[in-house]
Amino acid sequence: MQQHLETPAPAIADDLLEWTGGELRLVASRERAGGRIVFPPRAIDDDRFDCVLLGTHGKLWSWTIQRFRPKSPPYAGPDAFEPYAVGYVELAGELVIEARLTGIDFAELRIGMALRLVPLPFTLASGVDRTTFAFTPVEGDVA
Amino acid sequence: MSDVYIVGAGIHPFGRTPGRSGMQQGVFAVRQALQRAGLEWTDINFAFGGSDSAGNADTMVSELGLTGLPFINVANGCATGGSAMYGAYNAIASGASDLGIAVGFDKHPRGSFSPLPADWGLPDWYGETGMMLTTQFFAMKIQRYMSLHGILPETLGAVAEKAFANGVLTDHAWRREAVDAETIMNSQMVSDPLTKFMFCSPGEGAVALILASEKKVRELGLPSVRLRGVAVRTRPPGSFEVFSPAIDIKRGGSPTTIASQAAYEMAGVGPEDIDIAQLQDTEVGAEIMHMAENGFCADGDQTAWIAEGRTRIDGALPVNTDGGCLACGEPIGASGLRQVYENYMQLTGQAGARQAPGKLRLGYSHVYGAPGISAVAIVEA
Repeated sequence: MQQHLETPAPAIADDLLEWTGGELRLVASRERAGGRIVFPPRAIDDDRFDCVLLGTHGKLWSWTIQRFRPKSPPYAGPDAFEPYAVGYVELAGELVIEARLTGIDFAELRIGMALRLVPLPFTLASGVDRTTFAFTPVEGDVA
Repeated sequence: MSDVYIVGAGIHPFGRTPGRSGMQQGVFAVRQALQRAGLEWTDINFAFGGSDSAGNADTMVSELGLTGLPFINVANGCATGGSAMYGAYNAIASGASDLGIAVGFDKHPRGSFSPLPADWGLPDWYGETGMMLTTQFFAMKIQRYMSLHGILPETLGAVAEKAFANGVLTDHAWRREAVDAETIMNSQMVSDPLTKFMFCSPGEGAVALILASEKKVRELGLPSVRLRGVAVRTRPPGSFEVFSPAIDIKRGGSPTTIASQAAYEMAGVGPEDIDIAQLQDTEVGAEIMHMAENGFCADGDQTAWIAEGRTRIDGALPVNTDGGCLACGEPIGASGLRQVYENYMQLTGQAGARQAPGKLRLGYSHVYGAPGISAVAIVEA
């Protein structure tokens, strides 16, 4: 089991992230009729859906770079802005999920590259730290 | 069932008009449409209208006259104008009324739209972490499309270059200066692969269309076009839409493909019959992809189409002859009606410097918006 030296900041939302054996997982819902997986997860009391944890590895489906600071609201990040990458990641057999991309040079982004889920520290404009999710390249992958 | 005709159209110039509210621009457009048609507000039996962020359309009766007419407000995001026309169309087609108005107007603050997650059924974290931007969606949709279908940045640049060239010729356009493809491609990158000049901006403007029954159109003897097909559709399973935290692994169609098919079927025509098209071009990628989603070409054929100038005003299928959203900006409530206005002006030979050559019989218009809605109208001269 992986040990965390530092406890991550609280999740940015309830019922979104789960730590299983030290590993971050995303919470989603599977429709009982038909098996379709949906994200974000449905309300816990919606009995048409079961709660599921998504896979942690996928391939980049599309991407872009957010080069200007989004308007607030809804954006809650700090005033100081650095461009960041956003993408859709295909999780085989599950769904294609939108996420921040981290730990990669923008010039290296390629559709089809292998990615894995990681926690992403996110500081709100108020200075409060939260944890959200992102995908990062799998080391040694040649897209 | 009556056939339905557009017998008059008015527009308030798009762009920025300080000191004039969105609703006043709407009143301006209605008055212009009435005046051009030689009609009075008291002649109008009903109205459908809307804006996204410039107030309640039915308030316009204070300015236009308290005739007691039914005035239905429409709030349908980017398809507000298209939905207003859909309502007006059905009111006449059903035989319930003879003469009505569809009006749309808007006035947005500068910069990108700032939607709130709860309004779209989404959790706050989606907006808080910087993923709820229309610009990101459009960038990622064309990014994937380029990779699948071999579209190059040069084609993106050429679409914007055409839009601004058409805007130069258009009296209601906002951007009226030509910009060359190189400048467009080298302008500030906003959301890769799209640069600043490849996006339209939220703006201001208003459009009013007067719709009439077959009986009424004969009585009035005005320049008119017949509405052959009108369809509004929400998204089918497996589509890829703006504001989607996740999409289905099993890919499907789009609201545009199904609205398009419904309108063609209703009109009894196909894409090969269309002489002129106004396609949603909130950014250059949208125009490129919508050419295929509306059936005008196969995926990937856009490279050749655009390189050969086939979508220019003098091309085989002129697209966005007034410069589209790229040159006119996007006042949400008015934008879809602007497209129909443009087809009306083109098909009745009133488009002036931007008039497409030759005999134009069928005009096609298509608007798309969040959270996955499309409206298509086909008009015949």
